[in-house]
Amino acid sequence: MKPPIPEITDELEIGEQVYQVTMVEIVHGIIKKYGSNPTRLMDILIDIQSEFRYIPPLVLAEISKELNISNIDIEQTISFYHFFSTTPTGKYTVYLNNSAVAYMMGREEVAQTFEREVGCKFGEVSADGMIGLFSTSCIGMSDQEPAALINGKLFTRLTPFRVKEIVRDLKALKHIDEIIVEGLGDGANALPEVHSMVQNNIRKKGPILADGYKAGEALKKIVKMKPDDVIAEVKASNIRGRGGAGFPTGMKWEICRNSPGDEKYIFCNADEGEPGTFKDRVILTEYPKMLMEGMALAGYAVGAKEGILYVRHEYGYLQKHLEKVIEGGRKKNYLGKNICGREDFDFDIRIQFGAGSYVCGEESALIESAEGKRGEPRDRPPFPVESGYLGKPTIVNNVETLCSIVKVIVHGAQWYRSMGTKESSGTKVVSISGDCKYPGVYEIEWGFSVNDVLEMIGASDVQAVQVGGPSGTLIAPNEFNRTLSYTDLSTGGSIIIFGKHRDLLKDVVLNFTNFFIDESCGSCSTCRNIPIHLRTKLEKILNARGVDKDIQEMLEWAKILKASRCGLGQTAANPIVSSIKNFRPLYDQKIQHGKDFDSSFDMLKAVQESCDAVSRVPHVH
Amino acid sequence: MSTNGSVIRCSIDGKEYLAKAGKYINDVARENGVYIPTLCNVIGIHPQGACRICTITVNGRMMTACTTPVAEGMDIKTNTSELQDLRKSIVELMYVEGNHFCPACEKSGNCELQALAYRFQMMVSRFPYTFPKRKIDARNPKLVKNYNRCILCKRCIRAIKDEQGRSYFAFRKRGHKVEVGIDVDLGKFISDEVAQKAMDICPVGALIKKEQAFRIPIGKRKYDKTPIGADVESHHV
Repeated sequence: MKPPIPEITDELEIGEQVYQVTMVEIVHGIIKKYGSNPTRLMDILIDIQSEFRYIPPLVLAEISKELNISNIDIEQTISFYHFFSTTPTGKYTVYLNNSAVAYMMGREEVAQTFEREVGCKFGEVSADGMIGLFSTSCIGMSDQEPAALINGKLFTRLTPFRVKEIVRDLKALKHIDEIIVEGLGDGANALPEVHSMVQNNIRKKGPILADGYKAGEALKKIVKMKPDDVIAEVKASNIRGRGGAGFPTGMKWEICRNSPGDEKYIFCNADEGEPGTFKDRVILTEYPKMLMEGMALAGYAVGAKEGILYVRHEYGYLQKHLEKVIEGGRKKNYLGKNICGREDFDFDIRIQFGAGSYVCGEESALIESAEGKRGEPRDRPPFPVESGYLGKPTIVNNVETLCSIVKVIVHGAQWYRSMGTKESSGTKVVSISGDCKYPGVYEIEWGFSVNDVLEMIGASDVQAVQVGGPSGTLIAPNEFNRTLSYTDLSTGGSIIIFGKHRDLLKDVVLNFTNFFIDESCGSCSTCRNIPIHLRTKLEKILNARGVDKDIQEMLEWAKILKASRCGLGQTAANPIVSSIKNFRPLYDQKIQHGKDFDSSFDMLKAVQESCDAVSRVPHVH
Repeated sequence: MSTNGSVIRCSIDGKEYLAKAGKYINDVARENGVYIPTLCNVIGIHPQGACRICTITVNGRMMTACTTPVAEGMDIKTNTSELQDLRKSIVELMYVEGNHFCPACEKSGNCELQALAYRFQMMVSRFPYTFPKRKIDARNPKLVKNYNRCILCKRCIRAIKDEQGRSYFAFRKRGHKVEVGIDVDLGKFISDEVAQKAMDICPVGALIKKEQAFRIPIGKRKYDKTPIGADVESHHV
């Protein structure tokens, strides 16, 4: 075992010794704050990362000793998450989004300007250790790209000019809050506790996003009801999960209520990471009270006393705002003990932040992450409703689902079912981005056709529409009469528009495939490997070296992914499969026809270099 | 849902079986002479569907036999040509993911990956070889960790902990960069017994105990004369 304070050797400068001792003291303080509880490892690491802007390897031994877990137990969590680093990431750490939409909106120029102005490449820290440049998957700002996170603060609608200004301010050591290149955003974005330039861009309000929400109305109603009746009402509304999977919410609640156990948990999944999705960010910003009320409702219905709001790291700028709302809810007795005067109704909420991992949006991975572990999806059964957080029955619901249920309780299941279609009741909040006049958040009834969507958002000359993000479907104009619903085009909220001038295979399909490769947890042999082989094939075709057999093999190999454990792996080939199905001519244009294999290989050229080295004339039989 | 312990009826490849509810499909199949190839699974250790080789269909839906408990009325298919090809493709994936040079490997003949490749009559992988640059870590006093051969099945991670439940082995990184690391500090105190257990539990030659190479001569190793799975299948006719 290592001593509590690192050995001070003669080689270390005095300043360095003091720094190390202070560092260890700070780390001890952080660990104590979370009760030396290994299941709170995520919070401990997040605090350390935010304190030092990296996790110094030196502190691993301290955490290991205090939590009584091995170094490698800590390393496995650290190395899983994108925003944890064991090397310094700069006094200012820039994470520039690399999603397809970011590129469409000018990411390339912005990135080049960052590199030129800072003086280092992406993936590096400037020589003086001041500014680190890194790429990151979609940060939920597709309606205001290109966007970057700098020390947790969001900078949207970036241009090369703005980047120059930002880098100048960073070099002048300005506090990150002082660097706002434009005015503050609308609504709650302008609150002092948020202080962000992010825009809500709410373009169409329906019953969920409607003005005039009265906090506590639904709670006051349910405390007079039996929990079973609350569940019956949710079931009667026919609402299904709004995160993408579409599981009937009432049934989920009922199974959880009936699962044996005194302790149960309500999780709100605010880890929206599907590229092109940002509607939950807007709900968290503008309707957090409704969300908290929805969580409390769920707690009452299933008999849970604790709720955990799992928020993606990228939305960390909303932390103070959300905490204030929770505090306000406690003051109003909408959270805490004996809620709304009902004696046996106790419920409170804590916020759990993620640290950069798309797969954590999968409910069991989200639970693993909240337990301080790698965000690897669990084998099911058992399902979280039977054995979830800390092995207790747990509900995981999407942000929008919980908000919708507040409205269901206030206005009744009948009212809710009067909207949408027979199988898909109610409304859906969608995030729309890409080549259109009005990107933003729209609340529409299920059953809306893609044509209606395009008209609504001002999109013309459309080549393709991606419905449901990279794991969804890429559709062509001949299918624009299809409708958004659980029975036709299902979506968790992301709709991306691609104009006729876009190179679909390179700019979209390849980008999406890279996204799945970056975000795979690596647990399943299939998901860890197949997307890599598919990408190799796709690149071969893009380089005009592909043949028809490559397309056939891509379709064959994609099927293997269906044996993966979770939705990420099972859908990782969707960009390739749906583009082959719906945009076959794009592939056919690129391949060598009538050939069984790539015949572009030039033997003479391949041996030229080695022949030159030994002064021999290339001679191939 | 049937409660654990009660007897249920299920069908495996068209034949009816009675089984205790809650038992894993893989275990029920084995007891009845049906061999479902596995790699990451170790009987008696909590399963973790990592390799996906034991993929079967339950009422038409893909599931892993090692993690799914049997339940009343399940229609289980283990042996369709699609499933067999899926398993073969996974073995092929593992061969190209690492660097598996059987003739030079201490575990040859005792290696489950090699044995499965023989069972599936794999000649060459349908996927392109990646020949990754992997390291060999011999810092541990008792074990050599050869990253070239690791198939990331997590057997060592799950099966081997110290008395206080701390891990000697764990995953590092994620996605295609994932690897199984050994804890440098805790690993210093690994006993001969635990090191041997680690080597034995590794289905391939990724963990080799030091100073005892080729203890069992070639020709007398587990799969030299009997194919993998034959023990399960020979129990029943």
